[in-house]
Formats: sequence, C-alpha cells, structure tokens
Amino acid sequence: MAEENAMDPIHQFAIQPIVSLHPFGIDATFSNASLFMVIVVSAVAALMLIGTGPRALVPGRLQSVAEMAYEFVKSTLHMADLHDGMRFFPFVFTLFLFVLFSNLIGLIPYTFTVTSQIVVTGALALLVIGIVIVYGLLHNGLGFLKLFVPSGVPAVLLPFIVPIEFISFLSRPVSLSVRLFANMLAGHITLKVMGGFVVSLLGAGVFAVLAPLPFAMAVILTAFELLVAVLQAYVFAILTCVYLRDAIHPGH
Amino acid sequence: MEPAAARLIGAGLAAIGTGAAAIGVGIIFGQFLLGALRNPTASDGQFGRVFIGVALAEGLGIFALLIAILLLFVVK
Repeated sequence: MAEENAMDPIHQFAIQPIVSLHPFGIDATFSNASLFMVIVVSAVAALMLIGTGPRALVPGRLQSVAEMAYEFVKSTLHMADLHDGMRFFPFVFTLFLFVLFSNLIGLIPYTFTVTSQIVVTGALALLVIGIVIVYGLLHNGLGFLKLFVPSGVPAVLLPFIVPIEFISFLSRPVSLSVRLFANMLAGHITLKVMGGFVVSLLGAGVFAVLAPLPFAMAVILTAFELLVAVLQAYVFAILTCVYLRDAIHPGH
Repeated sequence: MEPAAARLIGAGLAAIGTGAAAIGVGIIFGQFLLGALRNPTASDGQFGRVFIGVALAEGLGIFALLIAILLLFVVK
C-alpha cells in the first residue's frame, strides 16, 4: 500500500505482549488485550459493587446507575418473552455490561478495544449459541428440532424449508460475532483515518487552515461511535434473549 | 491487471453495499415515523424495536464495509 508511511489505521489493533508466560508450552502471554479485559471487568465490578454498597431508599448517583443497568436488562428480558426469564438474567447482564464497557472504554484515546478482535466476539457468540443449543436440548429433548420446521408449512415444501432454516440457524453465531466485530473495527479505523487527515493537513503548509475540518468530523464520528457502542451492546443482548426464547419455545 | 490495482477496485466496489444499509435504515425509521404520527401514544412502546431493526439492517451493511477493509489492509 502506498499510504503505509502516511497513515496506518491497522496498527491500533496489534496485540502487544506485556508479560510473556508459557506454562506447559501453551501461549498464555499477558498482552494488551488481556490488560484491557482486566480493566473492563474491574470497571464493571466496581460499578456494581460500589454502586450497590449504600442501600439507600432514594439512590445516589452511582447507585442510580447500577439500578438503571439492572432495570434495563430486566426490561429487555421481559420484552423477549421467555417464560422463566429471570433465570438467564445473570448471563445476559454479564454479556451486556462486558460488551458495553469494552466498547465504551475503547473510545478513550490510546486504549485497546477488546471487542474489535474477532476472536473475542467469536468466543462470546459461540458461548451464546452453545448455551442456546444445550439448554434447548435439555429443556425440549429432541423437540428442539421443531425449531427448523415452522408451523403451517405444507409437507411438500418441507424438504426445501428445513435445510434453509438449518443454514439460517448456523448463520446466527456468525452474524452475531461479525456484527459486533465489524462495527467496532470500522468505527475505529474511520476515527484513525480522520486523525491521520488532520496531521497530514497540518503538515501541508498553506492547507493547514483546512485542518479543523477533519477534526470536527472526528468529533462528530466519536459521538456517532458512542451511539454505535451502546446500540451494539444492546443488540447483542437482545439477540441473545431472542435466540434463547427460540430454544425454549421452538416452532413459531 | 496488477493484484494491487484489482484489490483497490474490489474494495471500492464492496463499499457500495454500505449505501444499501443506509437505505434500509432510512426505511425503518421512516415507517416508524409514519406509524408514530398516526398513533403517538403507542409509539413509545415500540421505540426499542426500532433500534433493534436499525442495528440488524446496519449490521449487514457493515459486513460489506468489512470486506472492503479486509481487501485494503489485510490481503497482501
């Protein structure tokens, strides 16, 4: 690429080892990705532990935030209509807050966005689909396979509909992981490219007066990325609830 | 054609898909506003579903952008 020396928006996603550990020949290096995962989990734990410490009837600010997060995930679960809904509350709550805090902490300059790695989002999506399949089989036995047979389909069309439904089920973890990963990746690359434009313009002599334009664009993009961060976390959580509901009550 | 040139042209073609995502998101919000102006009290309850639809439609457009980014920065 000819622009390699001018701007390199991919370098921010490079994994840099901090402490190199190789127990039993397995590469368990503590890298910058691991460091930021620890930071995200600490931030979530701090919010919930310190937020629920003062059990005031009229909550203060931090307790309000903790309670609002709880109420938000609870209303999301109820909107998805699972019958034993609150059973999955800890799982969905953890997923939602982990993805939300990873996305938000990634917006701070010089940080590493944990969810911009396909490995992380792929692992989360596989976890969700694994729990959906296992719980569906435990709850419904082989009736779980009714998921692939929509109600009201004439028997003539079944040999065509069932493989299509099966493939669309298999595409769920792929779309779940790639949606979050691509949103985070694209957002951060665009921000980095805008920043690169500012620097290039500042160094171009007379065109330095145009430099505030990409800077304003970067500010607007950061605001948009805040919306995308929260929205993608919400969509991840609500799709988890929808897939769980499909597993518990297969066959629309 | 040189591979580098083909890569850049392919990335440009792939990014056209993001325009389709913009149309999809616009349709969702437009339909919501049409319904909300007819039945304002019922619209607040459905506002959450609008964002789910937006995220799903935008997700598919982001897949197109992802192909473009892959071609530009990852494929040698």
